[in-house]
Amino acid sequence: MNIPAELRYTRSHEWVRQLEGNVVEIGLTDHAQDALGDLVFVNLPQVDDSVAAGDTLADVESVKAVSDVYSPVSGRVVEVNEELLDAPQRINEAPYEAWMARIELSAEPEGLLDAQEYAKALEEEA
Amino acid sequence: MQLIFEKSRTGRGSAILPPSDVPAAPLPQALRRQAPLRLPEVAECDLDRHYAALARRAHGVCSGFYPLGSCTMKYNPRIDEELAQLPGFAGVHPLQPARTAEGCVEALREAEAALCEVTGMDAMTFQPAAGAHGEFTGLLLIQAYHRARGDAARTKILVPDSAHGTNPASAAMAGYAVVNVPSGPGGCVDLQALRAAVGPDTAGLMLTNPNTVGLFDGNILEITRIVHEAGGLCYYDGANLNAVMGIARPGDMGFDVVHLNLHKTFSTPHGGGGPGSGPVGCKAFLRGFLPDSRLGGHPGAQSVGQVRAFYGNFAVTLRALCYILSLGGQGLREASENAVLNANYMMHALKDTYDMAYDHTCMHEFVMTLERLKHETGVSALDVAKGLLDAGIHPPTMYFPLIVHEALMVEPTETESRETLDEAVQALKDLAREAREQPESLHARPLTTPVRRPDEVGAARNPKLRFDFA
Amino acid sequence: MGSYVPSTAREREEMLRAIGLERMDDLFRDVPEQVRRAASLRLPEGLSEMALRARMEALAAKNRVFPIVLRGAGAYSHYIPAIVKSVASREEFVTAYTPYQAEISQGVLQSIFEYQTMVCELTGMDVSNASVYDGASAAAEAAAMCRERRRTATLISATVHPDTIATVQTYCRAAGVEARVVPERDGVTDLDALREMLTPDVACVVLQSPNFYGAIEDAGAAVAAAHEAGAKAVLSCNPMAMALLQTPGELGADVAVAEGQPLGLPLSYGGPYLGVMAARQSLMRRLPGRIVGETTDADGKRAYVLTLQAREQHIRREKAGSNICSNEALCALTAGAYLCAVGPRGLREIAQRCVDNAHYLQSALERAGLERVGSAPFFHEFVTECPADAERLMRALEDEGILGGLPIPGGILWCATETVGRAQMDRAAEVVREVLACS
Repeated sequence: MNIPAELRYTRSHEWVRQLEGNVVEIGLTDHAQDALGDLVFVNLPQVDDSVAAGDTLADVESVKAVSDVYSPVSGRVVEVNEELLDAPQRINEAPYEAWMARIELSAEPEGLLDAQEYAKALEEEA
Repeated sequence: MQLIFEKSRTGRGSAILPPSDVPAAPLPQALRRQAPLRLPEVAECDLDRHYAALARRAHGVCSGFYPLGSCTMKYNPRIDEELAQLPGFAGVHPLQPARTAEGCVEALREAEAALCEVTGMDAMTFQPAAGAHGEFTGLLLIQAYHRARGDAARTKILVPDSAHGTNPASAAMAGYAVVNVPSGPGGCVDLQALRAAVGPDTAGLMLTNPNTVGLFDGNILEITRIVHEAGGLCYYDGANLNAVMGIARPGDMGFDVVHLNLHKTFSTPHGGGGPGSGPVGCKAFLRGFLPDSRLGGHPGAQSVGQVRAFYGNFAVTLRALCYILSLGGQGLREASENAVLNANYMMHALKDTYDMAYDHTCMHEFVMTLERLKHETGVSALDVAKGLLDAGIHPPTMYFPLIVHEALMVEPTETESRETLDEAVQALKDLAREAREQPESLHARPLTTPVRRPDEVGAARNPKLRFDFA
Repeated sequence: MGSYVPSTAREREEMLRAIGLERMDDLFRDVPEQVRRAASLRLPEGLSEMALRARMEALAAKNRVFPIVLRGAGAYSHYIPAIVKSVASREEFVTAYTPYQAEISQGVLQSIFEYQTMVCELTGMDVSNASVYDGASAAAEAAAMCRERRRTATLISATVHPDTIATVQTYCRAAGVEARVVPERDGVTDLDALREMLTPDVACVVLQSPNFYGAIEDAGAAVAAAHEAGAKAVLSCNPMAMALLQTPGELGADVAVAEGQPLGLPLSYGGPYLGVMAARQSLMRRLPGRIVGETTDADGKRAYVLTLQAREQHIRREKAGSNICSNEALCALTAGAYLCAVGPRGLREIAQRCVDNAHYLQSALERAGLERVGSAPFFHEFVTECPADAERLMRALEDEGILGGLPIPGGILWCATETVGRAQMDRAAEVVREVLACS
């Protein structure tokens, strides 16, 4: 399972990438996309939505299931990846490129895992 | 096979209208449709054959065994079909004066009395068109009851985690927050969890009994007591009533509101998805809240309003009435007894081959779990279901209830003979053997159906929902 | 007594023994004593098939079926071609469940795909679902589709069918949002009032054209007003009228709904009917209920499946946009067969005949002394003033085998379809004249 070292993670299988300034990018991990199977649709938040860490940020659909994506951080949505609306399979193909939302932080993120910790969490889950 | 649009040839069609004997009254040009109207142009013979070909590519109860769990696919008596279409019913306008529709009114009244007796309720509305519609309506009664008492704090509906998806969806439509109540290890309601979940914010509990794993919850009186003591009402989802007609009544179990699925329990055909009918019954103290047709009736001041036009799917109610009149009280009980007998007979015959989710006398249906089979052979519940298609058997319900992994839910119904059950058992055993001997071959099933496994991912990613005329 | 249980008494015993039980009652040991019934249900004894037929025929005979129907108001008497009844009664369609197993359900799935295409053609919209319960619940579902976080209120015109208004109000009240009724003026929606009511919290406007009174609304103006205010427009139409009139698509509506009963479904005292729903592409995923899509099978052959299912209650549960599960699939199939049977030319001719007959009836009634109320162009329904005693008039018409127009506040709502001819309408007018003369 691919777990890039430079990202941070949640136990609910989201990844967080620090961008310039106060903005982070959120996506689903390789493990998550593998467990969900072929994704067929993504519901994204709206730009300007305020989210708190742990809130539902988006959801992803496979043919027979829908799963919530939780926001790992608190802040304001500044951009969403609209490309995913037409091509949700990007999450299956390249989970760490297929970011879902960019969020301007309103507070320092708490409780995120580094790659090693996330790998360990996956092991415990299995 | 071609679509009817691909068979269309300009200029073909049938002659239906006689010549006009009144002056033409053309509509103003500005109001007229500009877009072409690309409906099929076909000769009647070709139309007939088109639908004949479609019928050959469909599977009904008339085609073969249909043990689709939680759907009660019993035989649909032909006589009921014929009688419901008598011109004396089919030709009646819903807004005829009551004095000219006495037969319809009497049929509804008679169906109401019979179904109240079966369920232990005091009044019933036939307006809801389907089970989910009934759930929504029933929840509105519960809401109206609490509001009429001035109790605005009851904002939550309890739903077991084994429930049909319609339960939580209906509760949400009625503006309620849904509290999921976990099932105990036996598949029944966990009383402790229920006690912890109820409170002054509880509007009610929605429950099927027998529940969705096919077991009768023996704690039912305790369950309804807990909810009532907390001030909530109890809603009976009638999806599984076919197990207990004449044996146990929701009203006697402590339920206040009930919906029935006439297209399940009372043998009206399901039409490839509908029309159904989801009448809602209630105890006397809720009668004043029942919906009624504004145009055709006089809804009381407390009525929850209408949930559709007129009086519901009347012709479906007629079929159910015919069924009840044919069977009588004794026959209804006999139907339930044999539904339960058939399910237990099949379960017993299969339990050495497949793991049962709950190895206990079942009601009208039982749930197998193929988790171990999948783990050992890679063959899933889906693969086994698809294998059954080649045997001419409609597969059981797959992957429901959600609390059982790799679930196949089998509901044979009472109208199947022992030979049919034996054949299905054999087919399932053959598939289990095949799963162990050549598991790959099952991933490729079915082989003999009009089409093979469809690409559902492709369908959902690039939705094509209509014929492209270009 | 009728019974559909094949097992003989002996077989039942053998089956019980096979599972290690002795008596039927042993199957129900989980049912607590206190709720288990000893006595049988207090229902009449079961009937044989012959007795049942006699019973139901006697019941049907208590109804009056009028050879001449001049009443519509949401349920329309149209001729149903024999081929339509024949196709719709094929057992495989009648006795199938929802097409969950696509491989053996291509017939049902394709019939729905064809129906969806025909609905799009009729309404001028991009996508259709596989049907909902009826026209009234379709409007309520459409209003729910249009709701957004900051826009929750529904405006519904007073000229919409009263049962539809009531249903939309029920659904809105349940969801805790407002449904506000836009007043009428001269039998059509008051557009000035509508514009004033289009506040920033309005999600959609629900309009019907031809409206409850039969009048063709200036729907384009209403849709434009809604859009200007940032709201969506739901247009309820008569599918028969779509052969001639501007479609919801042409009028700019976001969602089209209709009562599909005119397309080959009998009156049947109000149901089962057919809820038609279609929408713009952008609203595809907000459409409630089942939708059939085209795909390919493992061999690359064209195939049809239920698709976009993750919108639905069985997957999304309390987060689903609607709870609908069973729909009116067989009624949709019937409507599809009806449209094929009459074809585009036939549908236009039938629709035009409705218009011609209704206009003839209106002038005949006017000559008989019943003035029309309202002046908007109409399709096949219109309102006249009401004589002193509507009840007496109706009874007089009934004596002639005529179901007269529907008495409503302020008048009588008349309808004429292709099923009537000049002589019958003349006779109705004659009765009116006689009744008016004696009052």
